[in-house]
Amino acid sequence: MSAESILPLALAEVGFSAGGTRILDGITVRFEAGPVSVILGSNGAGKSVLLRLCHGLLAPTAGRIAWHGGFAGDPRRRQAMVFQRPVMLRRSALANVVYGLALAGHARADRSAHARRMLERVGLLALAERPARLLSGGEQQRLALARAWALKPEVLFLDEPTANLDPSAARMVEEIVGAIAREGTKVIMTTHDLGQAKRLADEILFLHRGRLIERASKDAFFAGPSAPEAAAFLRGDLSWD
Amino acid sequence: MGGDLGQAASTAIQMIVGADWRLWSVVFLSLKVSLAATVLATAIGLPLGALIALKSFPGRNLVTVILNACMGLPPVVVGLLVYLLLSRAGPLGPLGLLFTPGAMIVAQTLLVLPIVAAVTRQIIADAWGEYREQLTSLGAGPMQAAATLIYDCRFSLVTAVLAGFGRAAAEVGAVLVVGGNIDGVTRVMTTSIALETSKGDLPQALGLGIVLMALVLAINGIALALRSAGARQGA
Repeated sequence: MSAESILPLALAEVGFSAGGTRILDGITVRFEAGPVSVILGSNGAGKSVLLRLCHGLLAPTAGRIAWHGGFAGDPRRRQAMVFQRPVMLRRSALANVVYGLALAGHARADRSAHARRMLERVGLLALAERPARLLSGGEQQRLALARAWALKPEVLFLDEPTANLDPSAARMVEEIVGAIAREGTKVIMTTHDLGQAKRLADEILFLHRGRLIERASKDAFFAGPSAPEAAAFLRGDLSWD
Repeated sequence: MGGDLGQAASTAIQMIVGADWRLWSVVFLSLKVSLAATVLATAIGLPLGALIALKSFPGRNLVTVILNACMGLPPVVVGLLVYLLLSRAGPLGPLGLLFTPGAMIVAQTLLVLPIVAAVTRQIIADAWGEYREQLTSLGAGPMQAAATLIYDCRFSLVTAVLAGFGRAAAEVGAVLVVGGNIDGVTRVMTTSIALETSKGDLPQALGLGIVLMALVLAINGIALALRSAGARQGA
Protein backbone atom coordinates (compact mmCIF):
# COMPACT_ATOMS: atom_id res chain seq x y z
CA MET A 1 0.00 0.00 0.00
CA SER A 2 1.58 3.28 -1.10
CA ALA A 3 1.68 6.24 1.25
CA GLU A 4 -0.45 8.27 -1.16
CA SER A 5 -3.36 5.87 -0.99
CA ILE A 6 -6.46 6.54 1.08
CA LEU A 7 -7.01 2.77 1.32
CA PRO A 8 -7.52 0.63 3.26
CA LEU A 9 -10.80 1.90 4.68
CA ALA A 10 -11.36 0.53 8.15
CA LEU A 11 -14.67 0.42 10.01
CA ALA A 12 -14.58 -0.51 13.70
CA GLU A 13 -17.79 -1.45 15.50
CA VAL A 14 -19.72 1.03 13.37
CA GLY A 15 -23.39 1.51 14.17
CA PHE A 16 -26.04 3.88 12.91
CA SER A 17 -29.38 4.67 14.50
CA ALA A 18 -32.03 7.14 13.36
CA GLY A 19 -35.17 8.05 15.25
CA GLY A 20 -34.63 5.26 17.77
CA THR A 21 -34.31 2.62 15.04
CA ARG A 22 -31.03 0.77 14.82
CA ILE A 23 -30.16 0.53 11.13
CA LEU A 24 -26.58 -0.73 11.36
CA ASP A 25 -24.88 -2.40 14.27
CA GLY A 26 -21.36 -3.60 15.05
CA ILE A 27 -19.91 -3.38 11.54
CA THR A 28 -16.19 -4.11 11.59
CA VAL A 29 -14.61 -4.45 8.18
CA ARG A 30 -11.59 -3.40 6.13
CA PHE A 31 -11.76 -2.53 2.45
CA GLU A 32 -8.45 -3.09 0.68
CA ALA A 33 -7.45 -1.78 -2.72
CA GLY A 34 -8.18 -4.12 -5.58
CA PRO A 35 -11.16 -6.45 -5.51
CA VAL A 36 -14.64 -5.30 -6.45
CA SER A 37 -16.60 -5.49 -3.19
CA VAL A 38 -20.31 -6.11 -3.56
CA ILE A 39 -22.55 -5.56 -0.55
CA LEU A 40 -25.47 -7.90 -0.88
CA GLY A 41 -28.66 -8.03 1.13
CA SER A 42 -32.39 -7.58 0.95
CA ASN A 43 -34.23 -4.26 1.04
CA GLY A 44 -33.84 -2.58 4.41
CA ALA A 45 -30.71 -4.52 5.33
CA GLY A 46 -28.79 -1.24 5.64
CA LYS A 47 -26.73 -1.42 2.43
CA SER A 48 -27.32 2.17 1.32
CA VAL A 49 -26.70 3.54 4.81
CA LEU A 50 -23.41 1.64 4.97
CA LEU A 51 -22.23 3.19 1.70
CA ARG A 52 -23.26 6.68 2.88
CA LEU A 53 -21.33 6.19 6.11
CA CYS A 54 -18.22 5.10 4.21
CA HIS A 55 -18.52 8.04 1.80
CA GLY A 56 -19.05 10.49 4.65
CA LEU A 57 -22.58 11.59 3.74
CA LEU A 58 -23.73 10.28 7.14
CA ALA A 59 -21.84 10.20 10.42
CA PRO A 60 -21.87 6.96 12.42
CA THR A 61 -23.67 7.05 15.76
CA ALA A 62 -21.29 4.40 17.11
CA GLY A 63 -17.79 3.19 16.27
CA ARG A 64 -15.33 4.83 13.94
CA ILE A 65 -14.48 4.97 10.27
CA ALA A 66 -10.93 5.70 9.19
CA TRP A 67 -9.15 6.02 5.88
CA HIS A 68 -5.50 5.06 5.65
CA GLY A 69 -3.64 7.07 8.27
CA GLY A 70 -0.61 7.89 6.13
CA PHE A 71 -2.66 9.81 3.58
CA ALA A 72 -2.03 13.54 3.79
CA GLY A 73 -4.95 15.58 2.48
CA ASP A 74 -8.71 15.34 2.23
CA PRO A 75 -9.83 11.75 1.52
CA ARG A 76 -13.14 13.16 0.22
CA ARG A 77 -11.30 14.40 -2.84
CA ARG A 78 -10.24 10.86 -3.72
CA GLN A 79 -13.64 9.18 -3.73
CA ALA A 80 -16.85 9.49 -5.69
CA MET A 81 -20.35 8.08 -5.46
CA VAL A 82 -23.04 7.22 -7.97
CA PHE A 83 -26.56 7.06 -6.60
CA GLN A 84 -29.51 4.86 -7.42
CA ARG A 85 -31.27 7.90 -8.87
CA PRO A 86 -28.60 10.14 -10.36
CA VAL A 87 -29.13 13.87 -9.85
CA MET A 88 -28.60 15.60 -13.17
CA LEU A 89 -27.98 19.33 -13.12
CA ARG A 90 -30.16 21.40 -15.44
CA ARG A 91 -27.54 21.82 -18.10
CA SER A 92 -26.03 19.79 -20.92
CA ALA A 93 -24.56 16.32 -20.45
CA LEU A 94 -21.10 17.75 -21.10
CA ALA A 95 -21.64 20.57 -18.59
CA ASN A 96 -22.57 18.03 -15.92
CA VAL A 97 -19.17 16.35 -16.26
CA VAL A 98 -17.41 19.74 -16.46
CA TYR A 99 -19.20 20.80 -13.27
CA GLY A 100 -17.72 17.88 -11.31
CA LEU A 101 -14.27 18.63 -12.70
CA ALA A 102 -14.57 22.30 -11.74
CA LEU A 103 -15.49 21.44 -8.14
CA ALA A 104 -12.54 19.04 -8.01
CA GLY A 105 -10.19 21.83 -9.12
CA HIS A 106 -9.33 20.27 -12.50
CA ALA A 107 -7.36 22.66 -14.73
CA ARG A 108 -9.88 24.93 -16.45
CA ALA A 109 -8.31 24.69 -19.90
CA ASP A 110 -8.60 20.90 -19.98
CA ARG A 111 -12.05 20.45 -18.42
CA SER A 112 -14.06 20.37 -21.62
CA ALA A 113 -11.67 18.08 -23.48
CA HIS A 114 -11.40 15.70 -20.54
CA ALA A 115 -15.19 15.66 -20.13
CA ARG A 116 -15.60 14.79 -23.81
CA ARG A 117 -13.15 11.90 -23.48
CA MET A 118 -15.18 10.59 -20.53
CA LEU A 119 -18.46 10.93 -22.43
CA GLU A 120 -16.90 8.97 -25.29
CA ARG A 121 -15.91 6.19 -22.89
CA VAL A 122 -19.50 5.76 -21.71
CA GLY A 123 -20.89 6.06 -25.24
CA LEU A 124 -22.55 9.45 -24.77
CA LEU A 125 -20.35 11.72 -26.89
CA ALA A 126 -23.08 12.11 -29.49
CA LEU A 127 -25.41 13.42 -26.76
CA ALA A 128 -22.87 15.81 -25.21
CA GLU A 129 -24.89 18.94 -25.90
CA ARG A 130 -28.26 17.38 -24.97
CA PRO A 131 -29.86 18.69 -21.73
CA ALA A 132 -28.99 16.03 -19.15
CA ARG A 133 -32.53 15.87 -17.77
CA LEU A 134 -33.88 14.87 -21.18
CA LEU A 135 -31.68 11.75 -21.34
CA SER A 136 -33.18 8.31 -20.66
CA GLY A 137 -32.69 6.65 -17.28
CA GLY A 138 -29.87 4.44 -18.58
CA GLU A 139 -28.16 7.37 -20.30
CA GLN A 140 -28.42 9.43 -17.12
CA GLN A 141 -26.80 6.66 -15.10
CA ARG A 142 -23.97 6.34 -17.66
CA LEU A 143 -23.55 10.12 -17.46
CA ALA A 144 -23.39 9.89 -13.66
CA LEU A 145 -20.66 7.25 -14.05
CA ALA A 146 -18.75 9.48 -16.47
CA ARG A 147 -19.04 12.40 -14.05
CA ALA A 148 -17.66 10.26 -11.22
CA TRP A 149 -15.03 8.48 -13.32
CA ALA A 150 -13.73 11.80 -14.67
CA LEU A 151 -12.54 12.63 -11.16
CA LYS A 152 -10.18 9.59 -11.29
CA PRO A 153 -11.37 8.49 -7.85
CA GLU A 154 -9.38 5.97 -5.91
CA VAL A 155 -12.62 4.59 -4.50
CA LEU A 156 -16.02 4.61 -6.24
CA PHE A 157 -19.19 3.88 -4.30
CA LEU A 158 -22.20 2.68 -6.29
CA ASP A 159 -25.60 2.44 -4.65
CA GLU A 160 -27.86 0.04 -6.58
CA PRO A 161 -26.75 1.66 -9.84
CA THR A 162 -29.06 -0.40 -12.04
CA ALA A 163 -32.13 -0.76 -9.81
CA ASN A 164 -34.30 1.43 -12.04
CA LEU A 165 -32.96 0.28 -15.41
CA ASP A 166 -34.08 -2.20 -18.01
CA PRO A 167 -31.77 -5.20 -18.62
CA SER A 168 -29.90 -3.80 -21.63
CA ALA A 169 -29.29 -0.44 -19.95
CA ALA A 170 -28.19 -2.32 -16.83
CA ARG A 171 -25.66 -4.34 -18.86
CA MET A 172 -24.15 -1.17 -20.30
CA VAL A 173 -23.76 0.21 -16.79
CA GLU A 174 -22.16 -3.03 -15.65
CA GLU A 175 -19.66 -2.91 -18.50
CA ILE A 176 -18.66 0.61 -17.52
CA VAL A 177 -18.32 -0.39 -13.86
CA GLY A 178 -16.12 -3.29 -14.93
CA ALA A 179 -13.91 -0.95 -16.96
CA ILE A 180 -13.60 1.48 -14.05
CA ALA A 181 -12.50 -1.38 -11.78
CA ARG A 182 -10.00 -2.70 -14.34
CA GLU A 183 -8.37 0.72 -14.53
CA GLY A 184 -7.54 0.53 -10.85
CA THR A 185 -10.42 2.21 -9.03
CA LYS A 186 -11.61 0.33 -5.99
CA VAL A 187 -15.34 -0.31 -6.51
CA ILE A 188 -17.64 -0.79 -3.52
CA MET A 189 -21.23 -1.31 -4.60
CA THR A 190 -24.56 -2.46 -3.27
CA THR A 191 -27.06 -4.58 -5.12
CA HIS A 192 -29.85 -7.02 -4.47
CA ASP A 193 -29.43 -8.47 -7.96
CA LEU A 194 -27.68 -11.84 -7.67
CA GLY A 195 -26.84 -11.99 -11.37
CA GLN A 196 -25.17 -8.62 -11.17
CA ALA A 197 -23.23 -9.68 -8.08
CA LYS A 198 -21.98 -12.78 -9.95
CA ARG A 199 -20.94 -10.73 -12.96
CA LEU A 200 -19.16 -7.89 -11.14
CA ALA A 201 -18.03 -9.03 -7.72
CA ASP A 202 -14.67 -10.31 -6.57
CA GLU A 203 -15.88 -10.56 -3.00
CA ILE A 204 -19.31 -10.51 -1.37
CA LEU A 205 -20.28 -8.87 1.91
CA PHE A 206 -23.69 -10.05 3.08
CA LEU A 207 -25.71 -7.70 5.24
CA HIS A 208 -28.74 -8.91 7.15
CA ARG A 209 -30.80 -6.62 9.37
CA GLY A 210 -28.02 -4.14 9.90
CA ARG A 211 -25.30 -6.69 10.66
CA LEU A 212 -22.50 -7.94 8.47
CA ILE A 213 -22.91 -11.65 8.79
CA GLU A 214 -20.73 -13.02 6.02
CA ARG A 215 -17.78 -11.99 3.90
CA ALA A 216 -16.42 -14.37 1.29
CA SER A 217 -14.94 -14.52 -2.17
CA LYS A 218 -17.57 -14.59 -4.88
CA ASP A 219 -16.94 -18.24 -5.73
CA ALA A 220 -17.08 -19.37 -2.11
CA PHE A 221 -20.21 -17.35 -1.43
CA PHE A 222 -22.17 -18.65 -4.40
CA ALA A 223 -20.88 -22.20 -3.89
CA GLY A 224 -22.48 -22.20 -0.46
CA PRO A 225 -22.48 -19.44 2.13
CA SER A 226 -21.91 -20.45 5.71
CA ALA A 227 -24.54 -18.14 7.22
CA PRO A 228 -28.06 -19.62 7.05
CA GLU A 229 -29.56 -16.16 6.31
CA ALA A 230 -27.28 -15.82 3.28
CA ALA A 231 -28.22 -19.29 2.09
CA ALA A 232 -31.90 -18.39 2.46
CA PHE A 233 -31.31 -15.16 0.50
CA LEU A 234 -29.68 -17.12 -2.32
CA ARG A 235 -32.60 -19.56 -2.40
CA GLY A 236 -35.01 -16.63 -2.50
CA ASP A 237 -36.72 -17.74 0.67
CA LEU A 238 -39.18 -15.38 2.26
CA SER A 239 -38.71 -14.72 5.92
CA TRP A 240 -41.31 -12.74 7.78
CA ASP A 241 -39.99 -13.12 11.28
CA MET B 1 -70.87 53.35 -13.13
CA GLY B 2 -71.20 51.60 -16.51
CA GLY B 3 -70.89 55.03 -18.13
CA ASP B 4 -67.82 55.69 -16.05
CA LEU B 5 -66.22 52.45 -17.19
CA GLY B 6 -66.94 53.15 -20.84
CA GLN B 7 -65.61 56.66 -20.47
CA ALA B 8 -62.58 55.29 -18.65
CA ALA B 9 -61.84 52.88 -21.47
CA SER B 10 -62.02 55.64 -24.07
CA THR B 11 -59.96 57.91 -21.81
CA ALA B 12 -57.37 55.17 -21.47
CA ILE B 13 -57.26 54.70 -25.25
CA GLN B 14 -56.97 58.44 -25.77
CA MET B 15 -54.18 58.58 -23.21
CA ILE B 16 -52.26 55.81 -24.93
CA VAL B 17 -52.90 56.91 -28.50
CA GLY B 18 -52.43 60.58 -27.69
CA ALA B 19 -49.09 59.74 -26.07
CA ASP B 20 -49.50 62.61 -23.68
CA TRP B 21 -45.95 63.35 -22.49
CA ARG B 22 -47.11 63.84 -18.91
CA LEU B 23 -48.66 60.39 -18.91
CA TRP B 24 -45.52 58.81 -20.31
CA SER B 25 -43.30 60.50 -17.74
CA VAL B 26 -45.54 59.09 -14.99
CA VAL B 27 -45.49 55.62 -16.59
CA PHE B 28 -41.74 55.80 -17.11
CA LEU B 29 -41.07 56.82 -13.50
CA SER B 30 -43.34 54.03 -12.23
CA LEU B 31 -41.43 51.48 -14.25
CA LYS B 32 -38.06 52.94 -13.31
CA VAL B 33 -38.76 52.92 -9.57
CA SER B 34 -40.40 49.48 -9.45
CA LEU B 35 -37.87 47.81 -11.75
CA ALA B 36 -34.92 49.31 -9.86
CA ALA B 37 -36.42 48.15 -6.55
CA THR B 38 -37.02 44.67 -7.98
CA VAL B 39 -33.46 44.43 -9.32
CA LEU B 40 -31.99 45.53 -5.98
CA ALA B 41 -34.25 43.21 -3.98
CA THR B 42 -33.40 40.32 -6.33
CA ALA B 43 -29.66 40.94 -6.03
CA ILE B 44 -29.97 40.71 -2.24
CA GLY B 45 -32.93 38.33 -1.91
CA LEU B 46 -31.77 35.45 -4.15
CA PRO B 47 -28.49 34.77 -2.31
CA LEU B 48 -30.09 35.56 1.06
CA GLY B 49 -32.97 33.14 0.51
CA ALA B 50 -30.61 30.45 -0.80
CA LEU B 51 -28.26 30.75 2.17
CA ILE B 52 -31.12 30.57 4.67
CA ALA B 53 -32.26 27.41 2.88
CA LEU B 54 -28.81 25.78 2.82
CA LYS B 55 -27.01 26.82 5.99
CA SER B 56 -28.28 25.54 9.29
CA PHE B 57 -27.83 28.01 12.10
CA PRO B 58 -29.55 28.54 15.44
CA GLY B 59 -32.80 30.44 15.01
CA ARG B 60 -33.26 29.48 11.36
CA ASN B 61 -36.92 28.60 11.84
CA LEU B 62 -37.54 31.93 13.55
CA VAL B 63 -35.84 33.78 10.69
CA THR B 64 -38.00 31.87 8.22
CA VAL B 65 -41.19 32.74 10.07
CA ILE B 66 -40.24 36.43 10.27
CA LEU B 67 -39.26 36.46 6.60
CA ASN B 68 -42.55 34.88 5.57
CA ALA B 69 -44.49 37.31 7.76
CA CYS B 70 -42.66 40.26 6.18
CA MET B 71 -44.19 39.34 2.81
CA GLY B 72 -47.32 41.00 4.15
CA LEU B 73 -45.69 44.20 5.45
CA PRO B 74 -48.11 47.13 5.09
CA PRO B 75 -46.57 49.49 2.50
CA VAL B 76 -47.62 52.55 4.48
CA VAL B 77 -45.70 51.31 7.52
CA VAL B 78 -42.59 50.62 5.42
CA GLY B 79 -43.01 54.10 3.94
CA LEU B 80 -43.21 55.59 7.41
CA LEU B 81 -40.04 53.77 8.57
CA VAL B 82 -38.12 54.89 5.50
CA TYR B 83 -39.52 58.41 6.00
CA LEU B 84 -38.15 58.45 9.55
CA LEU B 85 -34.75 57.18 8.35
CA LEU B 86 -34.51 59.73 5.53
CA SER B 87 -36.13 62.74 7.15
CA ARG B 88 -33.90 65.69 7.86
CA ALA B 89 -33.49 64.71 11.53
CA GLY B 90 -33.18 60.99 10.73
CA PRO B 91 -29.96 58.96 10.63
CA LEU B 92 -29.83 59.02 6.82
CA GLY B 93 -31.16 62.58 6.55
CA PRO B 94 -27.88 64.04 5.20
CA LEU B 95 -28.32 61.97 2.03
CA GLY B 96 -31.17 64.29 1.05
CA LEU B 97 -33.16 61.46 -0.48
CA LEU B 98 -36.60 62.22 0.95
CA PHE B 99 -39.19 63.16 -1.72
CA THR B 100 -36.95 61.88 -4.53
CA PRO B 101 -37.29 58.75 -6.70
CA GLY B 102 -34.31 57.38 -4.76
CA ALA B 103 -36.34 57.30 -1.56
CA MET B 104 -39.15 55.52 -3.42
CA ILE B 105 -36.69 52.88 -4.68
CA VAL B 106 -35.40 52.31 -1.15
CA ALA B 107 -38.93 51.89 0.24
CA GLN B 108 -40.05 49.52 -2.51
CA THR B 109 -36.83 47.49 -2.20
CA LEU B 110 -37.71 46.88 1.45
CA LEU B 111 -41.20 45.77 0.39
CA VAL B 112 -40.00 43.44 -2.36
CA LEU B 113 -37.00 41.94 -0.55
CA PRO B 114 -38.97 39.67 1.84
CA ILE B 115 -41.05 38.32 -1.04
CA VAL B 116 -38.04 37.45 -3.20
CA ALA B 117 -36.08 36.03 -0.26
CA ALA B 118 -38.96 34.01 1.20
CA VAL B 119 -40.07 32.45 -2.10
CA THR B 120 -36.44 31.79 -3.04
CA ARG B 121 -35.84 30.09 0.31
CA GLN B 122 -38.78 27.75 -0.28
CA ILE B 123 -37.79 26.88 -3.86
CA ILE B 124 -34.13 26.31 -2.96
CA ALA B 125 -35.01 24.29 0.16
CA ASP B 126 -37.17 21.95 -1.93
CA ALA B 127 -34.46 21.53 -4.57
CA TRP B 128 -31.79 20.98 -1.89
CA GLY B 129 -33.68 17.89 -0.75
CA GLU B 130 -33.03 16.41 -4.19
CA TYR B 131 -29.49 17.77 -4.74
CA ARG B 132 -27.97 17.60 -1.26
CA GLU B 133 -26.22 14.22 -1.40
CA GLN B 134 -25.01 14.63 -4.97
CA LEU B 135 -23.54 18.10 -4.41
CA THR B 136 -22.00 17.08 -1.08
CA SER B 137 -20.48 14.03 -2.76
CA LEU B 138 -18.97 16.22 -5.48
CA GLY B 139 -17.46 18.43 -2.79
CA ALA B 140 -19.56 21.59 -3.13
CA GLY B 141 -19.40 24.01 -0.19
CA PRO B 142 -22.43 26.06 0.89
CA MET B 143 -21.63 28.99 -1.43
CA GLN B 144 -21.07 26.73 -4.44
CA ALA B 145 -24.22 24.79 -3.64
CA ALA B 146 -26.21 28.03 -3.37
CA ALA B 147 -24.91 29.27 -6.73
CA THR B 148 -25.64 25.90 -8.37
CA LEU B 149 -29.17 25.72 -7.01
CA ILE B 150 -29.98 29.32 -7.97
CA TYR B 151 -28.81 28.55 -11.50
CA ASP B 152 -30.66 25.24 -11.68
CA CYS B 153 -33.89 26.74 -10.30
CA ARG B 154 -33.66 29.87 -12.44
CA PHE B 155 -36.96 29.32 -14.21
CA SER B 156 -38.86 28.75 -10.96
CA LEU B 157 -37.15 31.74 -9.38
CA VAL B 158 -38.60 33.98 -12.11
CA THR B 159 -41.88 33.54 -10.23
CA ALA B 160 -40.33 34.94 -7.06
CA VAL B 161 -39.03 37.98 -8.94
CA LEU B 162 -42.36 38.53 -10.71
CA ALA B 163 -44.27 38.37 -7.44
CA GLY B 164 -41.90 41.00 -6.08
CA PHE B 165 -42.31 43.23 -9.13
CA GLY B 166 -46.09 42.91 -8.92
CA ARG B 167 -45.98 44.04 -5.32
CA ALA B 168 -43.80 47.04 -6.17
CA ALA B 169 -45.83 48.15 -9.18
CA ALA B 170 -49.14 47.87 -7.33
CA GLU B 171 -48.37 49.53 -4.01
CA VAL B 172 -49.20 53.14 -3.30
CA GLY B 173 -48.62 53.66 0.42
CA ALA B 174 -44.83 53.57 0.53
CA VAL B 175 -44.15 55.71 -2.55
CA LEU B 176 -46.78 58.23 -1.45
CA VAL B 177 -45.26 58.67 2.03
CA VAL B 178 -41.59 58.92 0.99
CA GLY B 179 -42.11 60.42 -2.47
CA GLY B 180 -44.88 62.89 -1.74
CA ASN B 181 -46.58 62.55 -5.16
CA ILE B 182 -44.87 65.68 -6.48
CA ASP B 183 -46.00 66.41 -10.04
CA GLY B 184 -43.20 65.77 -12.49
CA VAL B 185 -40.78 64.58 -9.77
CA THR B 186 -42.18 61.69 -7.75
CA ARG B 187 -45.63 61.15 -9.24
CA VAL B 188 -46.14 57.55 -10.34
CA MET B 189 -49.16 55.69 -11.67
CA THR B 190 -50.53 54.47 -8.34
CA THR B 191 -50.20 57.87 -6.65
CA SER B 192 -51.80 59.51 -9.69
CA ILE B 193 -54.71 57.10 -9.48
CA ALA B 194 -55.18 57.89 -5.78
CA LEU B 195 -55.02 61.63 -6.52
CA GLU B 196 -57.42 61.57 -9.49
CA THR B 197 -59.86 59.45 -7.47
CA SER B 198 -59.83 61.89 -4.55
CA LYS B 199 -60.31 64.77 -7.04
CA GLY B 200 -63.33 62.93 -8.42
CA ASP B 201 -61.82 62.42 -11.91
CA LEU B 202 -62.76 58.75 -12.06
CA PRO B 203 -62.29 58.25 -15.83
CA GLN B 204 -58.73 59.57 -15.58
CA ALA B 205 -58.10 57.32 -12.55
CA LEU B 206 -59.54 54.24 -14.25
CA GLY B 207 -57.66 55.00 -17.46
CA LEU B 208 -54.39 55.07 -15.53
CA GLY B 209 -55.42 51.85 -13.81
CA ILE B 210 -55.93 50.15 -17.18
CA VAL B 211 -52.50 51.28 -18.39
CA LEU B 212 -50.90 49.99 -15.16
CA MET B 213 -52.55 46.61 -15.41
CA ALA B 214 -51.64 46.30 -19.09
CA LEU B 215 -47.98 46.94 -18.22
CA VAL B 216 -47.93 44.36 -15.43
CA LEU B 217 -49.65 41.85 -17.72
CA ALA B 218 -47.13 42.49 -20.49
CA ILE B 219 -44.15 41.96 -18.17
CA ASN B 220 -45.65 38.75 -16.80
CA GLY B 221 -46.35 37.55 -20.32
CA ILE B 222 -42.76 38.13 -21.40
CA ALA B 223 -41.49 36.29 -18.30
CA LEU B 224 -43.77 33.32 -18.91
CA ALA B 225 -42.64 33.13 -22.54
CA LEU B 226 -39.00 33.10 -21.43
CA ARG B 227 -39.75 30.44 -18.85
CA SER B 228 -41.53 28.09 -21.22
CA ALA B 229 -38.82 28.58 -23.84
CA GLY B 230 -36.35 27.43 -21.20
CA ALA B 231 -38.53 24.51 -20.16
CA ARG B 232 -38.82 23.34 -23.78
CA GLN B 233 -35.06 23.02 -23.90
CA GLY B 234 -35.24 20.97 -20.73
CA ALA B 235 -32.86 23.43 -19.18
